[in-house]
Amino acid sequence: MNIIITITVTALVVLYAGLFKAKKALLPITLLGLLTALGFVAASWNTDQVYYGMMQMDNFALAFSGITILGTLFIFLLTQDYFAKDSENIAEYFTLILFSLAGIVIMVSYKNMSMLFIGLEIMSVCLYILAGIRKGDFGSNEASLKYFLMGAFSTGFLLFGITLIYGATGSFDLDIINQYLIGNYQQLSPLFYPGLILMMIGLSFKIGAVPFHFWVPDVYEGSPTLIMSYMSTVVKTAGFAAFLRLFSDAFAPLHDFWLPPLMVIVCLTLLIGNVTALFQKNFKRMLAYSSVSHAGYLLFSLIALTANSANNVLVYAAAYTFASIIAFGVLIMVKRTTGSDHFDSFNGLARKNPFIAFVLTVAMLSLAGIPLTAGFIGKYLMFLNVMQEYQVLLVAFAILNALVGFYYYFKVIVAMYFKEGKEIELETPPQYKVVLVLSAVITLFLGIYPAVILNLI
Amino acid sequence: MEQLLLLLIFLPLVGAVVTTFSGNAAKHVALCSSIVSLVLTLTLVGSFSPDASTQFVVNYPWIQDLGISFHAGIDGISVITVLLTNVLIPLIILAGYRHEYKSGNALFALILFMQSGLLIVFTALDAFLFYIGWEAALIPIYFICAIWGGKDRIKVNMKFFVYTIAGSLFMLLGIIYLYLQNPANNFDIQAFYNLSLDSTQQSWVFWAFFIAFAIKMPIFPFHTWQPSTYTEAPAVGTMLLSGIMLKMGIYGVIRWLLPIAPAGLQEWGHTAIILSVIGIVYASVIAFTQKDAKRLVAYSSIAHVGLISAGIFALNTQGLQGAMIQMLSHGINVVGLFFVLDIISSRLKTNRIAELGGIAKQAPLLAITSLIIVLGTVALPGTNGFIGEFLLLMGVYQYNIWLAVFAGLTIIFGAVYMFRMYQSIMLGKTNDLTIGFTDIVGSEKIVLYIICALIVALGVYPKPLLQLSEASVQHLIEQVTQKLTSVN
Repeated sequence: MNIIITITVTALVVLYAGLFKAKKALLPITLLGLLTALGFVAASWNTDQVYYGMMQMDNFALAFSGITILGTLFIFLLTQDYFAKDSENIAEYFTLILFSLAGIVIMVSYKNMSMLFIGLEIMSVCLYILAGIRKGDFGSNEASLKYFLMGAFSTGFLLFGITLIYGATGSFDLDIINQYLIGNYQQLSPLFYPGLILMMIGLSFKIGAVPFHFWVPDVYEGSPTLIMSYMSTVVKTAGFAAFLRLFSDAFAPLHDFWLPPLMVIVCLTLLIGNVTALFQKNFKRMLAYSSVSHAGYLLFSLIALTANSANNVLVYAAAYTFASIIAFGVLIMVKRTTGSDHFDSFNGLARKNPFIAFVLTVAMLSLAGIPLTAGFIGKYLMFLNVMQEYQVLLVAFAILNALVGFYYYFKVIVAMYFKEGKEIELETPPQYKVVLVLSAVITLFLGIYPAVILNLI
Repeated sequence: MEQLLLLLIFLPLVGAVVTTFSGNAAKHVALCSSIVSLVLTLTLVGSFSPDASTQFVVNYPWIQDLGISFHAGIDGISVITVLLTNVLIPLIILAGYRHEYKSGNALFALILFMQSGLLIVFTALDAFLFYIGWEAALIPIYFICAIWGGKDRIKVNMKFFVYTIAGSLFMLLGIIYLYLQNPANNFDIQAFYNLSLDSTQQSWVFWAFFIAFAIKMPIFPFHTWQPSTYTEAPAVGTMLLSGIMLKMGIYGVIRWLLPIAPAGLQEWGHTAIILSVIGIVYASVIAFTQKDAKRLVAYSSIAHVGLISAGIFALNTQGLQGAMIQMLSHGINVVGLFFVLDIISSRLKTNRIAELGGIAKQAPLLAITSLIIVLGTVALPGTNGFIGEFLLLMGVYQYNIWLAVFAGLTIIFGAVYMFRMYQSIMLGKTNDLTIGFTDIVGSEKIVLYIICALIVALGVYPKPLLQLSEASVQHLIEQVTQKLTSVN
């Protein structure tokens, strides 16, 4: 609870600081607030507090809060001057991101479906505005509108599903629903099944799983890159945590019922995400589609619900988040210098910027899942997870998709190292350096010695 | 002394880091590092007792929750491959001395990084560690070939990379499967050996591993990446690929495939041998028609490796012993051949056989040393190639006489196309292009002399080497036979 309070208070203080034109103070205040929140995460570890039956700060919630807060912190470090050219009132952006983070913390810690809905909405409303934050930009407006329409649509599904489940069980509480399923396994109310499916659809929209993904590329491409990096890392992680919490805590007894539709979603997500990413000429759009394909791997954790599922998602999400932050950080710098986010603008980058090329390579290897990077451990855990139920065909299918992944992730490595291009030197602000180095170190460290994170939850 | 192996594995890694930051002195640093590794290896071989036991074992828990440990050791089989790696790496680095590479420090650092990966592969006693080493050796060579390679390097290397990694991912699937079957929940090689899988399960495991190894070697029909990758790679890359890297596949078959899935081998081993023999004949025929010398050697390598794998799958002492010694000999010979071709192409900017001729008159030292290497390659008695190929053919002969007949064609074919190549490059009339050819100097001399010395020494007195691996090979065959009887 103190985590949410800290984040919210920080958001308000930032807003007031903006009112008094204290532009220089915005970032330090935000970072301080987030670090305090992280401190609270560490302090409440293993306490497993339940707040009024609405939220449960178990280690699952804390671990995911921690990783989302850390991710947000890194993204804030990348903001330096990013919004300055768009608007005078930078404080708004800071506040909106912080508010959405508060929503995210609620989303990963809910014990009651009404809190899931509230958290999701707090997060989403902020994001609708953030996507359209470049008021003069056509793409940004389009992204905002699309995101809003799709978001509202999917919230409708989710809400409808929650209602039906309430009708069947008489409760929003995850534990009571779970008890109901175990107790009435033979004669479930017919309302329950459509409710479950509708919730699955609603959440699939949010995490951008195929066939509910079509908003992802347009919204991601239209939004400012920094907002996209926030949406595709932190927000996505939160969406998964929420998904997993619902299906493993409440709906687990009905595994046999929701496995087939989930399987379809997983396979389609892998296939379409990867194959479409392959044909992108634009790095940003490629990252958008690759984020769709990663949703597929993440869903592996739901196919075989084991004691390690949650932790596997955590590892995968951490790997994905930090690698993506590197990719977006470099993308912002490249775009600032060359004015384009096409693959060609990376040509010959390694010649003058060996450090940046190296960290981006680490990030791409991690996203592709090469050993000794965090991404490999993440993929390995996912494969291991489903192999425990001997889903050999699914893993073989995933392997084929991973191969496709190598092609497009290596495109940027090929451009940087093997192609000739304009030899430009990117200007790297010190904060960017900090973020890039830290993310690369985390990526490599988790790849070489993942033991630290494997038994967290 | 106990930590010798650990030192051996991680020294190149340290060397790689130092090399990266040592600017113009990079190649010297890399060479020093590799020579220290070689000295360490020789002390290790010196104190290695030639029985079937695994020695110099290091075993540290690594990722305990997943049952992964850093478990490595050396037995009579891995000692040969470790020796091969650490003998060839200094030679390859020295062979790279003559070139002025753009950002050369990165190149030499990558070679050392790869050395670490290779040593992990050759010593790992933990399947996960083996897999990590397998990939850790692949990444550097991909960058070496794709950064410093020829015109078509990007496309060719992408094919190479995706091909290899496809194989290794299926191997990973096999490893995960074995791990899940293992009640001890770890990746320990001994536990994998002791698993009692029925023959259907073993067949699946066989294929999961076989494809990875077959792509690496490569065995027909998984070889299509190889000729163009060898041709497009820079000289050091080609030497690394052909000299050491393909031995990863052979070693993998011996260390993992045979003892874990003998019943799978019984079911599919015949297919594997036939594929190997088809590869031998096919590659030899294609080698005949090559106009580019580098491509010719690439195809001849497929033929030689085909013979090695046929010998292994025949699963008898002669075949396996032959494979052990031929791994070493082939590594030395093929590195020598590619080095000679690199010397020629860096002087004349071409490797097309038709454009060359009469180099012997201008460069007698090069002609003599390359003749010795060619003789070794065609397995003339008294050279290192002879004893290996002889044993391999004997192994295949015991398995099936007709297969041995076809496999024996390698020697005849090989002699024909190798001598033809030698003839038209070195002998004949000196033409306008080759008239100004200068003889070998400096580091070129050192490398070629060492290679020739090794070829002759191993050819005349191969006994110590055979002794190193003999007990382990015997042990392996007993182990496999025992397991087979228990399955049936």
